[in-house]
Amino acid sequence: MKGFTVRQPGLLTLIQDRGRFGAHNLGLTNGGPLDGQAFAWANRLLGNPANASTLEISFGGLSLESEIDSVIVVTGAELPIKVDGETIAQWQTHPVKAGDSIELGYTTRGTRAYLAVAGGFTIPASFGSSATVVREKIGGLNGDKLQAKDQLSCHSKSLHQHYYLADDDRPQYPDSATLRVVPGYQLSQFDPVERHRFFNAQYQVTDRSDRMGFRLEGEVIRSNINSMLSEGICHGAIQIPADGQPIVLMNDRQTIGGYPKIGSVIPLDTAKLAQLSPGSTIKFESISPEYAHNLHWLAKSRFERTQPVKC
Amino acid sequence: MRVEVAGQDALIVYFAEQASVAVSAQIQRAVVNINSRMADIVIDLVPSYASLLVIYNIDQCDYYEARRQLREALKDTDAKESVGGQLVTLPSYYSLESGPDLELIAERGKLSVDDVIEIHLQGEYRVYAIGFAPGFAFLGEVDERIAAPRLATPRQKVPRGSVAIADRQTAVYPAQSPGGWNLIGLCPTRMFDPDKVPSMPVQVGDRIRFEAIERDEYLSLGGNL
Repeated sequence: MKGFTVRQPGLLTLIQDRGRFGAHNLGLTNGGPLDGQAFAWANRLLGNPANASTLEISFGGLSLESEIDSVIVVTGAELPIKVDGETIAQWQTHPVKAGDSIELGYTTRGTRAYLAVAGGFTIPASFGSSATVVREKIGGLNGDKLQAKDQLSCHSKSLHQHYYLADDDRPQYPDSATLRVVPGYQLSQFDPVERHRFFNAQYQVTDRSDRMGFRLEGEVIRSNINSMLSEGICHGAIQIPADGQPIVLMNDRQTIGGYPKIGSVIPLDTAKLAQLSPGSTIKFESISPEYAHNLHWLAKSRFERTQPVKC
Repeated sequence: MRVEVAGQDALIVYFAEQASVAVSAQIQRAVVNINSRMADIVIDLVPSYASLLVIYNIDQCDYYEARRQLREALKDTDAKESVGGQLVTLPSYYSLESGPDLELIAERGKLSVDDVIEIHLQGEYRVYAIGFAPGFAFLGEVDERIAAPRLATPRQKVPRGSVAIADRQTAVYPAQSPGGWNLIGLCPTRMFDPDKVPSMPVQVGDRIRFEAIERDEYLSLGGNL
């Protein structure tokens, strides 16, 4: 099947659908988009199924050549995009013709952009998902990030109507964030003064941050645990290793681990964290699981109510 | 037993402070109950040494409902009858060629290499957890006499199928990877094959025995040297 040819893969471009679920019992992690909201909008603007395979472009630098007539959209982090030499807008569907080049520059605000194509990329599912987890060599094309000359298959499509997302409805990508945390796991093994410190301190995102986890730097947090048995790690879990510097575990985390955890960042906010560059500052805010559920439903309702605008 | 919040869509059950065969059986029972009674709301289960992480679908049920259903499912996990788990035999080619750390373990325990192999063969091991990498099963516990700390400098490349020991755990590497475990043999059985159903020959709660095989048999079963 025809589709797109990768001319330059950029720093880290990965095929992602919503992620791989139900395979933790084999030791397989979730994968999936770091920013679920920008990913969801990419598919929604094209009228794709919500789980269609897209490209997650970290920091930019991707260049493709189209072999077919199709429609694309790029959401998420801000970066310059040219189709056949012409600058195009993000959060808006655009036709591409066979032979067109699609060139993405580097991110200027936020770090993760999503490129979707009408109908989605045709990528075989592995354990129910096309999500690429490089560490596991699972998903995507041969379990790897995109390489030059890779072929991305998809169906030729045209849309009679093009859409964009209104400015006010687009997520913002500021360079700091407050991450809401559902406290849990070994919380009771952190003294009140340590908890207080954790929820009042400011942390910086370090450059040792990737799809497995975001390592932070700031106030040292101590737990009363010397060693513990390995246990299941959920998305967003905040690990506090012996050096006291928190690590927020993301989509490609290992499924089990033996470090104390103070709670978990909600997915709406791991998405914010994923868009931050090294040096950005964050704070943590404690919320109840009930409030976290409310936020989930509010975000879901807002996504469903927000209508793309006709071009 | 206590249930703690892990995240907005996850609860974790702590069954005991330490791992044991009895605790493992109890966790297995909980997994069976949850799979049969909570299938429509549970997305993933991660059983481990003494805990079980339950990830549920918050589009299907709220925090209270998940907690209530979990409490119900955990009610009759205390029963004395031990859930056996299937007994799986894994062939292993033990030799200095396939187990470069055999001599080190022997030296440390003041044993012969043959003793180390014999002691490893005598054990019946539980699959306590699967994780770290796809198909990596943590088996416990090995006899204290052959327990060995992780290597100070991990190897860049541990071959797929390596039978290994770290502290009182043993495992078979599911894929070639870096690793710091002590290598004592090679197993021709694929521990993780994404193209096969099921993709793993074992699951958490299973009992594992090793069976010594010769070089020829290892090769004829598809092993590489």
